[in-house]
This record gives sequence, C-alpha cells and structure tokens, in this order.
Amino acid sequence: MSVVEISRVSKQFGQTTALQGIDLEIGEREFVSLIGPSGCGKSTLLRIIGDLIEPSSGTVVVNGKSARQARNDRDYGIVFQDPVLYDWRTVAKNVALPLEMARWSRQKRNERVRRMLELVELQGFENHRPWQLSGGMQQRVSIARALSFDPALLLMDEPFGALDEMTRERLNIELLKIWEASGSTIVFVTHSITEAVFLSTRVVVMSPRPGQISELIPVDLPQPRTAATREAPSFFELVTHVREALHLGHDLDRAAPVTQEAKA
Amino acid sequence: MSTDVPVAVQPVPRGGLGRMVGRRVVDWLPALVVFVGLVALWQGLIVWLHVQQFLLPKPTSIATTFWTDKSELWHAGWYTFQEALGGFALGSGFAILVALVLARWRPLATALLPYAVAANAIPIIAFAPITNQWFGGGLTKSSKIAIAAVLCFFPVLVNTLRGLTSVRPQDLELMRSYAAGNVEIFRRVRIPTALPFIFAGLKVATVLAMIGAVVGEYFGGALNAIGVLILSRSRVFQFNEAWAGVLVVCLFGLALYIAVALIERLALRWVPSTSE
Repeated sequence: MSVVEISRVSKQFGQTTALQGIDLEIGEREFVSLIGPSGCGKSTLLRIIGDLIEPSSGTVVVNGKSARQARNDRDYGIVFQDPVLYDWRTVAKNVALPLEMARWSRQKRNERVRRMLELVELQGFENHRPWQLSGGMQQRVSIARALSFDPALLLMDEPFGALDEMTRERLNIELLKIWEASGSTIVFVTHSITEAVFLSTRVVVMSPRPGQISELIPVDLPQPRTAATREAPSFFELVTHVREALHLGHDLDRAAPVTQEAKA
Repeated sequence: MSTDVPVAVQPVPRGGLGRMVGRRVVDWLPALVVFVGLVALWQGLIVWLHVQQFLLPKPTSIATTFWTDKSELWHAGWYTFQEALGGFALGSGFAILVALVLARWRPLATALLPYAVAANAIPIIAFAPITNQWFGGGLTKSSKIAIAAVLCFFPVLVNTLRGLTSVRPQDLELMRSYAAGNVEIFRRVRIPTALPFIFAGLKVATVLAMIGAVVGEYFGGALNAIGVLILSRSRVFQFNEAWAGVLVVCLFGLALYIAVALIERLALRWVPSTSE
C-alpha cells in the first residue's frame, strides 16, 4: 500500500499557480526528496500532504485516508527548517509535547522521551532549554519530537537548510540511521542536490512557474549509505543527472533566465 | 558551530531565590551609590542655601518624622496599600480575562480595541471625585479600589492581547500538524508566549494602582488612609509629616513592584534574557 497518493493536485495563490497537475505516489519505507529552485512549490506540496495547506483541486490520500483525516489521526510527524521548539519547555518536554497531546501516561512518556533522545544522541540534555543548544542539536530535538509518537510518515521541510555543511552531512547520516531504525516513510524537501541524492530512494525534481514535477529519478545507491557513498562514481552520475534535470526544468521556462539558485 | 561532541552552548541556569537576590544586590550597587549621593546633595543644598522648610524639608528631618510616626504612617500606608492591591488584582485579572476573550474572537478585538485604546488616553484620575460618589460616598475602600482597578485595566489588557497575538506562525503550524484545538493552542502556545508581555503590563499596573488609590483619597477617604494623611498634614503646614507620608507611599508602591518582578523572575526562568 502506498503511504501517500497525490493525484492531479493544483494550488492557486491568488493569480499565481504554485502547483499544477501533480501526480505522485510514495510507497512504504521510501525516502523521497522534493528538489527544485525557489518558487517551484516543493514546500507547498509538503504542506498539502500534511493538510497544513488545502489544494485548490485534486486529491491527497495519506495512509489510505484523506489528508485531513490523517492529520486529525496524527499520522505524520513534521520537521520544519526552523526547529520550532518552545522555549518554555525543556528539551525533554518539547519531545514529549505530541505525547502529552495524545494523552500518553507520564510513565510511557518519560520512557519514550528517553529512547528518542538516545536515538538522536542527546542523552543528558533533558533539562536544557532549547536556546542553550546549538542549531544542529535543536534540529535533532525537533526530529526526536516528530518521531516520538511513531508516525508512519515523516515530513521534513529543509530541516538542515540553516546548518553548516559539516553539521548537515553528519545529520544526514544520522537521519538515515533513524530512518532505518524507525521504519517510517520520509518526504524530504531540500535545495541541495547532493543531499537529495545521498538520502533518497527517489528524487522528485520540480520546476517553477507553474510548479510541476519535471522528472522522477530513482536512486539505486546501495544501503546503508556511508561517507564512502559520497565518493562513489555512481553517486556523481546521479548528482549530474539531477542537476541536468533541474536545468532542463528551468530552461523550459523561457521567461526566467537560468540562475545560480538552480545549481545551489 | 560544530556539534560533534554534544556540548551545551550555555549552562543550565541554577540557583534559587537567594542567589538571585544576591546577584541583584551587586547589580544595584551603582544605583544605591547614586541614591545616597542625591540624598546627601539634597541635605547639603538645603543647609547651604537656607531653603525654607515648606518648600523642601531636609531628608534628615523627614527621616526623623518617619521614625517617630512610623506606627501611624505604617498603618495608613497599609490601609491604602490594601486598596491598591485590591484594585490591582481586580483590574489586572479582569484585563487578562478580557484579553483572552478578544484574542480568541479576533473580530471582537478589531471592533473593541480602538475604544480601549481611546479610553486609555482618558485621564482616568479626573473621574476620581465622581467614582468616589458612585461607591458609597468616598469614605469607603471600594471607591479607591475602583479607580485603581480602572487604571490597571488598560496597560494589562493591551500588553496581554499583544502577547497572545504575537505567536510565531510556525508555532501555530506545528500545533495544526497535531490537530490541536483552540483551547489547546491557548494553553500550550499563546499563554506561555504572552507571559512576558503580561508581566510587563502588571509591572506598570503596580505603580498605577498605588497612584490611583492615593489620588482617590485626595478627593476624600477614610481618616486613617495615607492619601488623606498627606493632604491634611500639608494643609496645616506639617511638611515633614506630609513628606514622610509620600515616602511611605513610595515604599509600598516599590514593594508591590518588586513583588511582581520577583514572581516574574521565578515564573519566566525559561526566557533567555531573564536567566542570564
């Protein structure tokens, strides 16, 4: 069964067509990256899957039900570019937030929070405040929170976009381990070609004005992926493939000159 | 910054009230020096320039009167402080409730807030003689409580509403992803976000409450109220007594302010700027 089924989804913001005719099916345990230049609607698409934005037309099915129902059932966890941690809560309490809202018992909550902080390697920081942590650590708390209630689906909107390259590469490897361990399906929005290729089982290349899918690229790099993966010739071939797909998508739009952002 | 070794960027704040007060004393040392210097200057100028007592008494004579009349002054101050405290609690409490309602039903706020802001510009003190008549002829505590409450209401309302509505959009988006209802969003996001704003309003209100009570008493109040005492003593040229009364008002007002500020420190230890 597929976890996400998007059919003929379009989204209008006033006069602007943010998304047009999107069809996409995401299977169980897939790691799908949405990549494209700014304004291609990849974040909008992610929010439509999460029912944070309603599509103008088309349907979205998540876990076999409507996106609205899936949100109400808390079927997905979400990680934003900004960690969105609440300063008035400690690290442990931030991770426990969705569990509190799902009315878990205190004992179950504590046990789960402990395991999640172990998973993101933040043991010992339970009682810290979010602002006492570095950006990378904050984002790990955010990931722990999103995974704490075992959602079948994890939506990630440029989660490592604000981090430096070194931290980002390290968190990429951590995220793959978490993906392995948790068995969830991940939809991941990114600007970075190498990040998309390194993480994904499939890369969805999008183009702007109007936002649409220009190519689906399966990534058959062996699992588990390690630092060595980044140096394999097949990795470079795939990166080149994605880069060319991005440029092709851009060149179709004669009104917009090819800019640096497509390569970024 | 590297996160290779998980090291906290900043230490966990610790230390209880005692340590907090200790740190405060050191912080306030410069201010204390200025205070002592100003009082000495005041005393010196009066002695050197032979300023008449009805213009400005010497700090030492105010202090002497303060000491000899301390029982009477203390009781009068306490009486007025109760009025101020009552007005503070009533006005602030009601303001917070109204702010919650207005934040929940935003069109209501759009309709009413302009009037609240306009009403805030009215010098409410001007109504003191009238409210004195409304609430039992001016000798009662309730008339002063009413003035203090009205004075406290607006700053707390405006600040609370501002706080409740200045939630970051991404904080709300996260709550939406959990399918959170309105009550839950208020409880878990809006109210915690608003707390620093609410305390800012409350601190302004403490001072206003004391002013409201004392000025209300100037237009008639119980004989054992500090406002009445200040008024009657200055009418019979007992300026040392009048000034000592003002000093008592200051001390009580300050006490209320400090009490609220301390509660704020304890309640908002999670705010980065208050924990440093």
